[in-house]
Amino acid sequence: MSDKIYDVAVVGGGPAGYTAALYATRAGLDTVLIEKLSPGGQMTETAQIDNYPGFPEGVDGFTLGANMQQGAVRFGAETLNAEVLSLNLTASPKQIKTDTADIHAKTVILATGATHRHLGVENEQALVGRGLGYCAACDGMFFRGKTVAVVGGGNSAAADALYLSRICKKVYVIHRRDTLRATKIYHEPLMQAQNVAFKWNSRVVELLAEGKLTGAVIESVGDGARETLALDGLFISIGRTPATDLVKGQVALDEAGYVVADETTRTSLGGVFAVGDVRTKALRQIVTATADGAVAAHFAEEYLTQACK
Amino acid sequence: MFVVYVNKENFENEVLQSEKPVLLDFYADWCGPCRMIAPVLDEIAAEHPEYKICKINVDAEGELAEKFGVMSIPSLFVLKNGEVVNQTLGAQTKARLLDLLQ
Repeated sequence: MSDKIYDVAVVGGGPAGYTAALYATRAGLDTVLIEKLSPGGQMTETAQIDNYPGFPEGVDGFTLGANMQQGAVRFGAETLNAEVLSLNLTASPKQIKTDTADIHAKTVILATGATHRHLGVENEQALVGRGLGYCAACDGMFFRGKTVAVVGGGNSAAADALYLSRICKKVYVIHRRDTLRATKIYHEPLMQAQNVAFKWNSRVVELLAEGKLTGAVIESVGDGARETLALDGLFISIGRTPATDLVKGQVALDEAGYVVADETTRTSLGGVFAVGDVRTKALRQIVTATADGAVAAHFAEEYLTQACK
Repeated sequence: MFVVYVNKENFENEVLQSEKPVLLDFYADWCGPCRMIAPVLDEIAAEHPEYKICKINVDAEGELAEKFGVMSIPSLFVLKNGEVVNQTLGAQTKARLLDLLQ
């Protein structure tokens, strides 16, 4: 791959990345997608996806990711399984250094996605896998019949709480507001679950542990009153942080770190596009991620046509 | 070499008595990140005969999972001469897993 110059290099193998690769290869562009592990991105942590159209019974995220990869590969997209070490987006051609090869490409589509946001409380990292987790779908079963809490009030927090309520003895939902931000469909079943208790207007200020997590201290955002909850497990679902460390200083980012790009997916730098969760946008869903991928391939093609004139 | 599936019966023999360093993966079939690393483990098993790659299904082998204090999957342990010398959590790249083994 050393001397080759690709038309398009896609960084990240989630739904946005593989859709961009699919559309780019079908447009006849020589395309490589760089993914550090395996396809699917954040989808792989969701056991049942019910809001991606075309799957009346739902689909698991791992399978959907693998299918998206196969669809792109069928038309000739290459996958390089490698970890990106650095990007030089202002060079011509653009350069991507990975732990296995250096890639050169005329355009780059950033599809690096996002990762779990951390609580930022002492001992958080040390307790991961010792009672503290970010993926209830993965680890919930270890807390069967036990007492757990979910921090957050969005869709993923609500889905996690609902899932855990079916297998755990007791589920606390700790949220810093007085109402869930999650879509309506989650409210009713959560409110009706006998073993779910809400801790509104509260945030976690301390983690208690003896080798593993034993509880958490929560504080009222109103009067600062504190309460200690005895817990076997704590799942954190307070949103995500965009994975943009590699492009900081090269393309414009907003205050939260997302790559600034409008619906054309064009970033502040010519020939560089941002798709999926990493982009500034109103709604981060699989279906909007795939839409971004198609749009980015279109504008990458346009950029390549104009650049060659 | 292939990945060796371990249960309560063959654990002592395959893992604790192994002469080679063992990479032990606690997984479940329904866990996405576990499925992500499955091909990576197959590759390591095929390319590195100096290591032994073992997998334990947490649904079937709850007792072993408990013994290792597994509360999150995938959980990966490196054992040498029956002793845990290294461990990590979550989906990892092949390079990182090989680092863990060294």
